[in-house]
Amino acid sequence: MFNKEIESMPKKKMKELQLERLKWSVNHAYNNVPFYKKKFDAAGFHPDQLKSLDDMKRIPFLTKQDMRDNYPYGLFAVPLNKVVRVHASSGTTGNATVVGYTKSDVEVFSEVVARCLVAYGVNENDVIQNAYGYGLFTGGLGLHYGAEKLGALTVPISGGNTPRQIMLFKDFGTTVLCATSSYALNIADYIETKMPDFKIESTKLRVGVFGAEPWSEAMRTEIEKRLKIDAYDIYGLSEVIGPGVSCECSEKSGLHVHEDHFYVEIIDPDTGEVLPEGTKGEIVYTSLTKEAFPGIRYRSRDISMLYHDNCSCGRTLVKMEKVSGRTDDMLIIRGVNVFPSQIETVLMAIEGTEPHYQIIVDRKGSMDDIEVMVEVNEKVFSDELKALNNLSKNIADRFRSVLGITAKVTLVESQTIPRSEGKAVRVIDKRKSD
Amino acid sequence: MNVTQLSVFISNKPGHLQKALKALADENVNIVTLIISETSDYGILRMIVDDSERGLKALRENNITCSVNDVLALEIDDRPGSLFNALDAFAKKNLNIEYMYAFTEKRDGRAVMIFRFEDIEAAKNALADSGYNIVRKIDLTGEKK
Repeated sequence: MFNKEIESMPKKKMKELQLERLKWSVNHAYNNVPFYKKKFDAAGFHPDQLKSLDDMKRIPFLTKQDMRDNYPYGLFAVPLNKVVRVHASSGTTGNATVVGYTKSDVEVFSEVVARCLVAYGVNENDVIQNAYGYGLFTGGLGLHYGAEKLGALTVPISGGNTPRQIMLFKDFGTTVLCATSSYALNIADYIETKMPDFKIESTKLRVGVFGAEPWSEAMRTEIEKRLKIDAYDIYGLSEVIGPGVSCECSEKSGLHVHEDHFYVEIIDPDTGEVLPEGTKGEIVYTSLTKEAFPGIRYRSRDISMLYHDNCSCGRTLVKMEKVSGRTDDMLIIRGVNVFPSQIETVLMAIEGTEPHYQIIVDRKGSMDDIEVMVEVNEKVFSDELKALNNLSKNIADRFRSVLGITAKVTLVESQTIPRSEGKAVRVIDKRKSD
Repeated sequence: MNVTQLSVFISNKPGHLQKALKALADENVNIVTLIISETSDYGILRMIVDDSERGLKALRENNITCSVNDVLALEIDDRPGSLFNALDAFAKKNLNIEYMYAFTEKRDGRAVMIFRFEDIEAAKNALADSGYNIVRKIDLTGEKK
């Protein structure tokens, strides 16, 4: 463990620490950000009323829209001269959301990422190739600072330029790859199709750190098999801090939340009611130590579940289930709820198919219509039409039997679904433009 | 005789066929004969080229999904009934032709047919049983006459 005292702290002691820090954080937001004062006052809540963790439920939520409305610096709680860094979301669906960090916030960010790396068995002797994009996106700099904090050799290659990524695996003796899971598969594809003589076993690569988009267990198996590594999930969101909010450990089941810095609750996304441990719902985050951008009860839209399971790794930190989807990713197709991750799982269960897919939802007349585009690679391609017909029929049959949806399966050429070096665009919902 | 055939997956959209053709053209690979089978979403371009190894390499380097397999080339007389008779050899042995196509050019008064079978050896045996000479080498690229 990177910080044994915190990471293995008894549950009761952790709760005391959280309450003490919450009081500071809620006051900090209330006293320094007019938005919070107004919102709390309107809800009839004053920070003095926060006497126990249970009182948290009285505080109103913060939403992504609130962040957009306060673009760019409206939710900062310190003067701009104390802010040393900003990160921002892409803002494709409105104003970008901007978050800021003081020196101390950057320190916290680095520490939580370093804790994650240690949880994956990474240490200061490792060579970490960071293929997350460097820039306004939190992934690149986040992993970079964490890796340096740990004392590992950090290779800031950023995303893209796959041939070079592979060359550096060899030349720099890379042992750890940080990237999105879809980019990791891109690298595997590239090696298999373009570099038949390249043996991944000849590199020292042993650990993959993947995040920034939900990825399934099936995808983990696929990546581990093809890149010959142990693949771990790192989770985070810029509104909370960036990657490092939570991480898997050697058990690869569930992610430990760094709850000394981030207080987590699960709520019912429809009613906003707080749900007990072991129940699935939307995760809500409250920052406990952040100075520049305190986030009080931020609705992440990520769906998960919290639990304690006496983890064999020795960490006592609460665990969250690997995020299975987002409330806003959930597709309702003719009344059936479907997450893109479920579609991915079905695809990956079919021999040879790869998780390069895109879902297009449209409305034909009064009916929802779903089309799943699947890339045809050499493993599934056949020169016989009937074999390809069977493939698409087989996929459609499984969607029907496993997910209860009737989808049109369209086979498309390899490499034609846009690849992300940041986040994959899995769903195009044309109904929304109606 | 066995002939190497390249097959390519192509979306049924304007311009997509050209991508494969350009990849071959850039490597100076000549297509000897071809056939396309299509659905509303995609098509399969199957072709015989003068240098299948170079052709395959060119396609793969351009990220084009393709496959290689052996098909059966059979030379028959270019006159009424000869294709009928050839197919009789397969029908007798209950062999299903997955697909077939013909060379566009005549070769010394003979036509060349290409057949795709699940089991190419069984098809060759069927022909031999019906008295066809399956050993004869056919000059498929036939450009240097």
